Amino acid sequence: MRDLSLHILDIAQNAVGAKADRITISLTAEGRPGVLKVVISDNGRGMEPDLLDRVTDPFTTSRKTRQVGLGIPLLKQSAELAGGVFSIKSVVNEGTEVIATFPVDSVDRVPVGNIADTLAMLVASHPEINWEFRFTSEYEELEFNLADVKEALEGVSITNRHVQEWIQNTLSEGFKSVFGGVLDEVN
Amino acid sequence: MKSIKELEAIRERALKEISVRENENKTRIVVGMATCGIAAGARPVMNAFVEELNKRNIHTVNVTMTGCVGICRFEPIAEIVDANGEKTTYVKLDAEKARRIVAEHIVNGRPVLEFTIGAAEK
Repeated sequence: MRDLSLHILDIAQNAVGAKADRITISLTAEGRPGVLKVVISDNGRGMEPDLLDRVTDPFTTSRKTRQVGLGIPLLKQSAELAGGVFSIKSVVNEGTEVIATFPVDSVDRVPVGNIADTLAMLVASHPEINWEFRFTSEYEELEFNLADVKEALEGVSITNRHVQEWIQNTLSEGFKSVFGGVLDEVN
Repeated sequence: MKSIKELEAIRERALKEISVRENENKTRIVVGMATCGIAAGARPVMNAFVEELNKRNIHTVNVTMTGCVGICRFEPIAEIVDANGEKTTYVKLDAEKARRIVAEHIVNGRPVLEFTIGAAEK
């Protein structure tokens, strides 16, 4: 994957596939020189310990149309190549949490890419899910909760194009004010 | 930072535009957005579809994503399902091809045969 936003787009769809109705995606930059931590958690159907053990193996997948599943192995590879850590926790019927960390200063860290684009796209494609997004750095914090947006809209659809545009702009500006000056590629 | 209060104005604007046709059967553009599609560049393709439709003020088409279609070597893939359920599968797309598909297939109603899976498999 070319950047982190594409990894997130990919992994978040595992959560959608697990029949979650609440999916939380958070990006946190902490410490100096700093580590960027990405957490994707859901309240979907979860995995049995046996499947969880094999899930970082590229030849493990739940689908039947092909025998490979590369989403999780690719994220693990990206994190570890940069000197970061990958971990995954899952409990059947409670949900799954995927965590990947990236040392901010590593030359091998994949750039974050267009996170706002990814998140807006996920919301547009699965408006029925209660998405929660959180960006945190030492300067600022943004919390975006789709349930609040739905409430404020009182019946107007999330997929309305003006609403979509607002979501995209809110996330994009929020991302910049949280991570501008923290991550080199955000300005 | 933007606030949720702005939504009030957006809501009013949206309500003015909503017509009775909103619930009619719409044409759908479905872009394959699994690991294989994303790695092959499906996101710029999906963005191109959305932008081109907005630019042309076409609001009768839904653009959504789906998982792996099962033919990863043809990614990025998009299927156009018209209001009658008729399906056209386009393969090996990029942003430029997506814009042409909007112009020729969506606007003029003529599928771009050279980008379809039928042409790719020959």
